[in-house]
Amino acid sequence: MTERPLATTGEASTASRTPWTQRPGWMSQHLGTAIIGGVLGYLFGHWLGNAISGNYAYIVNSGQNSTADALALIFGVVGWLLGIGALNYPLAKLAGRQPEKETELNHWSKYFRYSTNHKTVGLQYVVGVLLFMFTGGLLAMAIRTELLNPTTHYFSADTYIKIVSEHGTIMMMMATSIVVGPLGNYLVPLMIGSRRMAFPRIEAFSFWIFVAGYMVIFSALPYGGFPTGWTGYAPLQTQAGPGMVSYLFGFAVIGMGMMAAGFNIAVTIINYRAPGMTWSRLPIFVWSILATAALLTLATPTLFAAGLFGLLDKTAQTAFYVTEHGGSSYLWENLFWFFGHPEVYIMALPGFGIVGEILPVFTRKPLFAYKVGAAGMIGVSLLSFFVWQHHLFQSGINPDMRPLFMLTTELISIPTGFIYLVGMGTLYKAKIRFEIPMLFAMALYFNFLIGGVTGVFLSDVPVNVTVHGGFFVLSHFHYTIMGGLLFAFMAGLYYWLPKMTGRMMNKKIGLWHFWTMFIFFNLTFFPMFIIGLLGQPRRVFTYAKNLQGLNDFSSVSAFLLGFSFLIFFFNLVWSLYINPQKAPANPWESLGLEWQTANPVPPYNFERIPVILTDPYHYSEASAPAVADLGGDERVPAVSSHDGSGVA
Amino acid sequence: MNETHHLRRMTIIWIVLSVAADLLFWFLVGPHVPPGRMTDMATSNQFDFNVLFVIAIPVLIGVWIYLAYAIAVWSAKRGGPEPVGGEAARTNRTAQVAWITITSVVVIFLAGFGTVELVVNHGSGGGEGPNPVWSPSGAIKAETAALAGTGTWSPNSNQVLPVQVIAQQWKFTYRYPTFGGFETSQLVLPVNTTIAFNVTSLDVIHSFWAYQLSVKADANPQINDVAYTTTDQIGRFTVRCSELCGIWHGSMYNYGSVVTQQKFMQWAQSTEAANAANTKFLPPFAWTYVPDANGAAGGYYPDGSATPYSTAEIYGSKQPAS
Repeated sequence: MTERPLATTGEASTASRTPWTQRPGWMSQHLGTAIIGGVLGYLFGHWLGNAISGNYAYIVNSGQNSTADALALIFGVVGWLLGIGALNYPLAKLAGRQPEKETELNHWSKYFRYSTNHKTVGLQYVVGVLLFMFTGGLLAMAIRTELLNPTTHYFSADTYIKIVSEHGTIMMMMATSIVVGPLGNYLVPLMIGSRRMAFPRIEAFSFWIFVAGYMVIFSALPYGGFPTGWTGYAPLQTQAGPGMVSYLFGFAVIGMGMMAAGFNIAVTIINYRAPGMTWSRLPIFVWSILATAALLTLATPTLFAAGLFGLLDKTAQTAFYVTEHGGSSYLWENLFWFFGHPEVYIMALPGFGIVGEILPVFTRKPLFAYKVGAAGMIGVSLLSFFVWQHHLFQSGINPDMRPLFMLTTELISIPTGFIYLVGMGTLYKAKIRFEIPMLFAMALYFNFLIGGVTGVFLSDVPVNVTVHGGFFVLSHFHYTIMGGLLFAFMAGLYYWLPKMTGRMMNKKIGLWHFWTMFIFFNLTFFPMFIIGLLGQPRRVFTYAKNLQGLNDFSSVSAFLLGFSFLIFFFNLVWSLYINPQKAPANPWESLGLEWQTANPVPPYNFERIPVILTDPYHYSEASAPAVADLGGDERVPAVSSHDGSGVA
Repeated sequence: MNETHHLRRMTIIWIVLSVAADLLFWFLVGPHVPPGRMTDMATSNQFDFNVLFVIAIPVLIGVWIYLAYAIAVWSAKRGGPEPVGGEAARTNRTAQVAWITITSVVVIFLAGFGTVELVVNHGSGGGEGPNPVWSPSGAIKAETAALAGTGTWSPNSNQVLPVQVIAQQWKFTYRYPTFGGFETSQLVLPVNTTIAFNVTSLDVIHSFWAYQLSVKADANPQINDVAYTTTDQIGRFTVRCSELCGIWHGSMYNYGSVVTQQKFMQWAQSTEAANAANTKFLPPFAWTYVPDANGAAGGYYPDGSATPYSTAEIYGSKQPAS
């Protein structure tokens, strides 16, 4: 046997070959090869499942084999990852070969490839989460259409519940990554003075598996959907058809992406800060992302395990959640919510970070109570692990625990309140420029307040008897997630897209977008508090006749809310392609380090690793020190004041 | 305008609006807040709602006034003085300590208030699981007797009435163990009586939500979830499933009624007699039921919580098909 010689360096191995990412046409790896890999993997998995467990049809005489369905999805995802090139590096290492050096094409097609550049990944995530949001939003329109009339039905009960389930799952999964993915990946290295993420391949992996998760969850529809809502409670889960396999595995796949993203970002923030970027100088957005990353890393494994247990129940005939065989439906409920409640803060904290970053810029004031704000974020993330059983107050769990979980849930209002202290202190005696990002940031404070206060009602066990499981809780979490996170995400996009794309978003269209979204968001969801208090449970396709007026009002408002998103998409297309306006290097006159790099941002972000001299919030300070030494003669100036004329 | 003036102006507006809104709410809206006053639980939960609203309204008004004031007074379009940066604008120990103290006091008060209401009101109508810790007087005795088949209830006896709620896709049925264990789809309750609801499921998780009674308890297969309430008013109430249980979850509702004790007694006795021919084919009364080994065509047997666990007890007079 002859030994194959090993390449000694990456350069040596790539000298004679073009890197795979740069090969032309069919020889390179990109979205097309990922799709081919996914399809081949799917077919192989399906064949394998039938080969090894053909006698265990999921439903007798149905021809459906859940083992085959599960293996098809598993191998489909593996094929997808192979096709996109995510496994090239580990497979080369396993084979004892020196992996090929990954260099990025300077071409638009890089967005369809496995890129290890954090800025490319950030923009890939922007498109990815918008796609998630668009499809989830369409499903929401379908739900509100059905609820126009309590007796005339546009969908069958079966179709309706599957739409509800898919909407909830898609939106929740999208919301876990909506800020961490696009803005976290793009901005964190720029904000901490790093040239890269700690683990660029893991970063790229997190995006491409996020896309795979999206497709797996959507594959539930051709499989017949799933009837459990996004919470997937057993034994309904056990009873459900093969679409449930997509849900369970989809959660596991998305979970892998969440863990990878969280771990990578946390390590980056801890280890890749520029000299001088002490913890007390860290931008508040980075604090929020660090707190979120900790939650992603620590809470998601529970979801992953819970999903796999469910998958084993459906395929290998285990009985983790099957009561009559010794399992327990409470196991799923506890595992799910042990992840599920930290997840709520995964969706809240980044929003707080965005508005914390935006307020000083548009008020021309330093961030008030910075340390309290950072402590609040850490406090929220810690406490969020001790509140999950408030979802189970009426479930029949040990009642002794209720006062404890009522207390911990209400305690979380204290660190959440810090975020309001920061915001209100920063606004005090400011000179506020009402640019689009600022409007969205102010809207978060309005909306999240309603979501937060109604959360206190839900945490009160006696009141929970009436509001649990109804439209009240539905409205509450839409106020926190959509009214909080989504408004913050929009603030962030309008604020940072000029940096990310080099183009300014159109202000007039942006104003139309903001006002329609703000007004119709509130008109859609506020009536739902009343609908819930009047006794309408969630996820119903029929309801009491006397609630039709409120439901119709909510539905029409929801359609107009959907229209506001079309305005946003139009603004994107208009501002980026139809009538692009070049963005100034620092259009908002921010002191943030991310705005001090060239526009567009160079491949390695900074010519030299900057030396951070102070925090980026010294607004309106005549003798403010420079924020950073960027090398050479460059020093980030401190902007002392602003004439208030705005920019756009 | 100096600092004191801004704060004073906002504080005055806040106090006036908060007091007015709280008073209006308490006297005009409060009496109509769900779940009403049909039971003691409903009355106490309505009180809890109103207390929370009275605390929440000033919080909402406070922040909204502040935001509105900031928009109106500190807008760059109005001109006005340049903001002042520096250490004074970054931190204010008094404001921070006051904010943290006030929010902490409010939150801890709310947790304490909720706990007291929960304990004093015997679980506030929520499902306490199979081992309730906040039972009203006489409840455990009545439940024990019901399981042994020796339970009784009669008008003006001040006895607790155990009622079993059995959920299945997609309907609720009710068993009355003190009246021979008959099962019916009608939920009729006597007024001025403490009811011990024992909620279970035959298939997936449901949730028994008797809206006007202010009772909500998840129905879990093989679990007995107990919730209490005492009826105070005669009338009709709605029962809905509030936990997603499959495609017809939205249609899983019915109506119940609270009637006088005498009417209830008449109804219970006549229903017991009318259903006697069917009741004898039901499995013996138990807190939970499990599909038997014969599959979907079979009946249900107790889960063994009653000892001794014997074939005779499982199947009663019916023997399983071989």
